[in-house]
Amino acid sequence: MLTSKRLILAHFWLAFIVFGAALVLGAWQMFVRSPLNAWHFNPEFYYRSVTAHGSAMGYVFPTLIAMGFGYAITEASFEKALIGRRWAWTGFFLVAVGAVVAMIPVSLGLASVLYTFYPPMVGNPFYYIGVVMVVVGSWIWVALMVINFVIWKRENPGKPVPLAMYANVAGCLLWGWTAVGAALEILFLILPVALGFKSTIDAGLARVFFSWSLHAIVYFWLIPTYIAYYTIFPRAIGGRLYSDAMARISFILFVVVAMPIGVHHLFADPQVGAGFKFMHSVFTGLVALPTLLTVFTICASAEIASRLRGGRGAFGWIGALPWSNPIMLATALSLVMLGFGGAGGLINMSYQLDATVHNTQWITGHFHLIFGGAIVIMYFAIAYDLWPHLTDRALDSFGLMRTQLWLWFIGMIVTTFPWHYVGILGMPRRMAYYDYANPAISPQAFSVTMSAIGGFILLLSGLLFLLVLIRGQFGARGEAGAYRFAVPLHMPARIPVALNSFGLWLALMVGLTVVNYGFPIAQLMALNETSVPAVYVGAGR
Amino acid sequence: MSDQPLFSPRNPWFGISVGVTAAIAVLSAVAGLIWLPLAQPNLKLASVWDAICSAAGVPRAAVQEAAVKPDFKTSNVVMTSEMLTKVDQVSIGRGATLAQRCAICHGPQGVSDAHSPNLAGQFAAVTYKELNDFKTGARVSVVMSPFAAAMSDQDMKDVAAYYAYLPRVPSNNLDTGRAAPAVVVTGAPLRNIPPCGSCHGDIDNKAGSPWLGGQSAVYIKAQLEAFASGTRRNDISQQMRNIARQMTAEEIDQVAHYYEAQP
Repeated sequence: MLTSKRLILAHFWLAFIVFGAALVLGAWQMFVRSPLNAWHFNPEFYYRSVTAHGSAMGYVFPTLIAMGFGYAITEASFEKALIGRRWAWTGFFLVAVGAVVAMIPVSLGLASVLYTFYPPMVGNPFYYIGVVMVVVGSWIWVALMVINFVIWKRENPGKPVPLAMYANVAGCLLWGWTAVGAALEILFLILPVALGFKSTIDAGLARVFFSWSLHAIVYFWLIPTYIAYYTIFPRAIGGRLYSDAMARISFILFVVVAMPIGVHHLFADPQVGAGFKFMHSVFTGLVALPTLLTVFTICASAEIASRLRGGRGAFGWIGALPWSNPIMLATALSLVMLGFGGAGGLINMSYQLDATVHNTQWITGHFHLIFGGAIVIMYFAIAYDLWPHLTDRALDSFGLMRTQLWLWFIGMIVTTFPWHYVGILGMPRRMAYYDYANPAISPQAFSVTMSAIGGFILLLSGLLFLLVLIRGQFGARGEAGAYRFAVPLHMPARIPVALNSFGLWLALMVGLTVVNYGFPIAQLMALNETSVPAVYVGAGR
Repeated sequence: MSDQPLFSPRNPWFGISVGVTAAIAVLSAVAGLIWLPLAQPNLKLASVWDAICSAAGVPRAAVQEAAVKPDFKTSNVVMTSEMLTKVDQVSIGRGATLAQRCAICHGPQGVSDAHSPNLAGQFAAVTYKELNDFKTGARVSVVMSPFAAAMSDQDMKDVAAYYAYLPRVPSNNLDTGRAAPAVVVTGAPLRNIPPCGSCHGDIDNKAGSPWLGGQSAVYIKAQLEAFASGTRRNDISQQMRNIARQMTAEEIDQVAHYYEAQP
């Protein structure tokens, strides 16, 4: 029962508008640094664009999706109106205004620091203030989700919290704790320098704080996708979820181990000891566990649906799946990209293997495949699934949806596979210009060109996606009925308290943070003379 | 269910999850902080405690050997982005008086045709650093060194402030339509040459990099050649020497004439 339709729709629309704009920038970036472009222009525009693309795609777009989807889950799974709708609007406007505040200095070239900030580069303070506003807006959502969760539990003693909401709150708590790292970095290290109170910055400590956020933010982006796997996909294809408990354990594992692993982004940084890098590497490996559990459960759920439809044989059931259903297609394509991206991720998490790809285009290829591919394609699926319930209009351009999803998949593969490859050849990331005429790197020219073409396929797919949604806003009126989530094969009547609450898992998350981050942070804070002069970006223009 | 205690040894979920998490943490800590560092003979660790400190990243005192000192003087100026950016009218006034002795080469308005640097509108930190380097001997010039030797730190700051205050004047060879050479816009990544413009103003300005627009081409060329040959070495951390050494004679020529034609 969705009652806050305008609120949810506002989140989704703003998210997809931001996504569309950032997608145009992304395609342009792929083009300008490829051999297709006769290179002669100000490279600063490239870094400006990368900053805007990263900030929009990393901070604004997925946050709005998680927030909007979170509100929808609350109302649909609890079957009652959201508590705190006004606060939810406040959060929405904070994110929207924060995005504008951050983007103005970026578009003026006063904050081309890339979305990962990279101290000692320091940009205009309004960029950071805008990012903080986005985060604070999302924290309002975190608080609302927890409040709704707690009140529902109090009103329904002894009942299991619906899986979708349990997973949603898991994502909230993970984000709430994860965002603390970047918030500490901005508030205590970057902003005093950006505002001119200090002229030096402890870049090493700042990077450690950022790594606290940088990796788990990916799992925050991932949670809506996994919720869609577990609670939308089985229902959409006419089946049942294989195991409710397995789903809860997967989300719990994300809460516990997704965060204290960020130092694998700092394998090449000197300010963290090798022992802690190893410990973070071990825990990064553990994050493969919930993903493997998920792949198993989702494939089992698909098999249940297929056999209910008459699918037979050891593999024959795959053909009997409803492939014309966009949710089926999106989930399958998502899992394929998750497989390749996950395999690449296991290479990045290894201290030794990472040395061969660190700071190369492999890394950018990797996170585009995982986030842009596996995760975002399920954001499309979520929108397709929710849209009729939000607009009370039919969304029936199924052919267009399938074309869009296939184009996204093909575009992402064509973009990221050569991108990985040139990384192995040693092509560095974060550069505006490559001299492909030079024999040392001319073998990379073909692959980079392919990537750029893939970028344009993605742009086309993104435009089709927006077209489908816009058509949905003008479709035939019709009541979509109550929004429902997938039913598990065995509906849990009683579940262990640990699988219905978060106290234990939060304690483990904070505990592991202290174990894995406590000493490196304390040591860097205690050491003297670790600060370096800030490099103000754009100050000289 | 809800009355079942969560944080209790009687709850198997509690015992197992805490136990497994702690076991993984302890095992990875033992492997990462003790076993792996001890397995590396080149670390030359004396004890387990040594291994833990090393793997935890505790800084160790550097080996006390006499550092190799260069056989020439290096610049002792520490550049920061804010250095000498605050305008001080008294300082400018003093600088104007002091600068009268500079006018014969650098022009009464900080601009001249003598192929000496045009100082009008130059960043104060840049002029200050060069004066300071002339005084300490990090940069040597038969003309400038004697002038700088007699100047106090405040004198140098004042002169720098005065020249920063003067408006920039384009050279007689101004040609804004002139296309920028590739090395100015893109650098040459494979030769480790960053774009000139990323520090010298077209794209961004970095602390300590002079404004080059309107400078004499003869002067720019002479300085790049001096950096390349090593006769000038007051650039901090060899920033310019590393670049100039990689530049071709043609590129040096192009850059010198390009910047002379800029405002």
